[in-house]
Amino acid sequence: MFWLAIHFPALPLEIYSRGVAVPEPIAVIERHGNRSRVKACNEAADAGGVLVGMPVSAAQALLTNLVVRSRDMAAELESLEGLASWAGNYTPAVSLQPPDGLLIEIGSCLSLHRGFKNLIAQMRHGLNEMGYSASLACATTPHAAWLLALAGQEVAIRDPAKLETVLGELSVRLLDQSQDTLASLEMLGAHTLGECLSFPRAGMARRFGQSLLDEMDRALGRLPEAREFFLPPPSFTRRLELPSLVNESEALLFASRLLLLELEGCLNLRQAGVQEFELVCHHEDMPETVVKVGFAQPTRALERMLLLLRETLGRTRLCAPVHTIVLNASRIQEIELANLDLFQDNAETGDGNLLLERLRIRLGKEAVFSIAPAADHRPELAWRPCEAGDESKPAGKQQRPLWLLPKPMPCRKERLELQSGPERIESGWWDGMDVVRDYYVAQGRNGSRLWVFRERSSGAWFVHGLFA
Amino acid sequence: MNASLDLVLQHPGIWRGDQLAQATGETLSTGFAELDEQLPGGGWARGALTEILLEREGIGELRLLLPALASVSKQSEWQAWVSPPHVPYAPALSGAGVNLKQLLVARPQTPADAWWTTEQALRSGACSAVLAWLSAPDEKRMRRLQLGAETGHAWGVLFRSASAAQERSTASLRLLLEATSNGLAVHILKRRGGQVNKPVLLSLHQNNGVRQARPSAPSLSVVPSLRAVSRN
Repeated sequence: MFWLAIHFPALPLEIYSRGVAVPEPIAVIERHGNRSRVKACNEAADAGGVLVGMPVSAAQALLTNLVVRSRDMAAELESLEGLASWAGNYTPAVSLQPPDGLLIEIGSCLSLHRGFKNLIAQMRHGLNEMGYSASLACATTPHAAWLLALAGQEVAIRDPAKLETVLGELSVRLLDQSQDTLASLEMLGAHTLGECLSFPRAGMARRFGQSLLDEMDRALGRLPEAREFFLPPPSFTRRLELPSLVNESEALLFASRLLLLELEGCLNLRQAGVQEFELVCHHEDMPETVVKVGFAQPTRALERMLLLLRETLGRTRLCAPVHTIVLNASRIQEIELANLDLFQDNAETGDGNLLLERLRIRLGKEAVFSIAPAADHRPELAWRPCEAGDESKPAGKQQRPLWLLPKPMPCRKERLELQSGPERIESGWWDGMDVVRDYYVAQGRNGSRLWVFRERSSGAWFVHGLFA
Repeated sequence: MNASLDLVLQHPGIWRGDQLAQATGETLSTGFAELDEQLPGGGWARGALTEILLEREGIGELRLLLPALASVSKQSEWQAWVSPPHVPYAPALSGAGVNLKQLLVARPQTPADAWWTTEQALRSGACSAVLAWLSAPDEKRMRRLQLGAETGHAWGVLFRSASAAQERSTASLRLLLEATSNGLAVHILKRRGGQVNKPVLLSLHQNNGVRQARPSAPSLSVVPSLRAVSRN
């Protein structure tokens, strides 16, 4: 087991400002009793002298234009779950470490991502793209990795024997223990974990209870730690407040990409795909615009979702600037992926489903279809438009023309030279579209071969198809 | 012969007056041995446009293509029909061995959309065969289709009326179909290689209607031109 811990030190702030450089100073405050203190602030606020832990009144006195937002734990958890979904792109073994961390088992997926360095580089790139700052650390136990990430030490410890020396230098303040325990540890002179470990265990247990010893043992791998892996809910809804009003589809696409990355991870975790999703764009004082994107087959490929969203957005007119987008994928369905061919390189051939989806965006859903024979004796009902890829039964062996006229065309018997027939078709008395006809294959005067019939009630002749 | 001249003559764009050009890419057999003989590369060329000119519908223009379309769908490749003039009749197509699961029918509303759809289908690389019935062709649009077919390595078939025989066209192969009492006469108006003066006569409705997936030995013969066809 090899664990990667990701700590998001600025998560409370980033739920408000991620992905954009906000020029004005912004601070997130948290209530303690009846006093509010600054929990996190951005660079602009930092430059103005605002410190973490400062009372909000002092911060506002320092910077009159400070934007103050109160801490939103629910939104933070939602973001964390989104991040866990995104991490699902790399491995299914993702565990939440609320309120601001993820623990990911990467030992089993290293070869898939072509090595440790590659994986870490990809993840860093992804985190950057989504606009989160993070510190990453790896160790053989989840808790050791987490303590290292908390301390901001971006190291990877592969040798369990080295854990004790590396962890020994960390501050006891990182431990998940009560403030009283931590304060009395410091009074005893134990400022680092190493000093803590050098105390006799029996005395420590009597003084501080078992939980402190357990925590250190878990970190060192002396006690096992069972972590529960994250499984995303069966439907996906994520909301992103845009930092400023957006009018252009390109900018909207950029923001949607952040959410689509999470959707992709969520689908990867569930081994599922979506056949459609919608992007709801909220405007001020106007009803929202809903952009729907549909696929021919359930998919979970980010590039494909982006491509179709781009084309759909390009054809959508926004009535007003957008302040918030919501990505909804209500129907997540399991998909079976086709195995890749070992010897054949499939990269060159295009994808028919993708073509179908692209054509549908411009021409409309009804204008592009596939056809299938239907089980009906009446020629006009013996075919139906259907979705591409639908299984169809093979047709019977009767002689049928390649072109069918949508509506039979009256003709004169004298101009026809009947070649074979009749084939009597009598059907449909039960639904009012009954057919009582004798069909013949005929040669027209000009050389075309026709499928004609005589209506037995009236004796009139019609052309119904061409043997093209 | 000079070795470097040999090298030059191997270039697919160069042929001698009395021989067929080599095909630049892959070809699809037409399913009619006599017609294959007359086409560069021995069949319908992929990555290029084929124009089929006909005086009226229903003389066998689809049956001419059916063996190739059936072989395309046997390899589970896609095909697209853009703006067909009538309903492509599923029972007949399925009976002829065409896999309908991978056949797309597109009915764009405007001519511009139809040209766009054809180009997308050709360019996508997903479709092996793209059949299109288009109106208002011009050189620029044809050029775009030609490029699309090259990019997507697709066999593009354009159906046009016989009156377009006099017009210039960028299609690499142009056939004029004519119904005769002996069968379908295929006049090759343009191909890469020497001129042909005789039409190829194919008997399509030998088995009285829709032929099965692949004819074992269609009867064929080359007869003297029944009709003087103007060539440009």
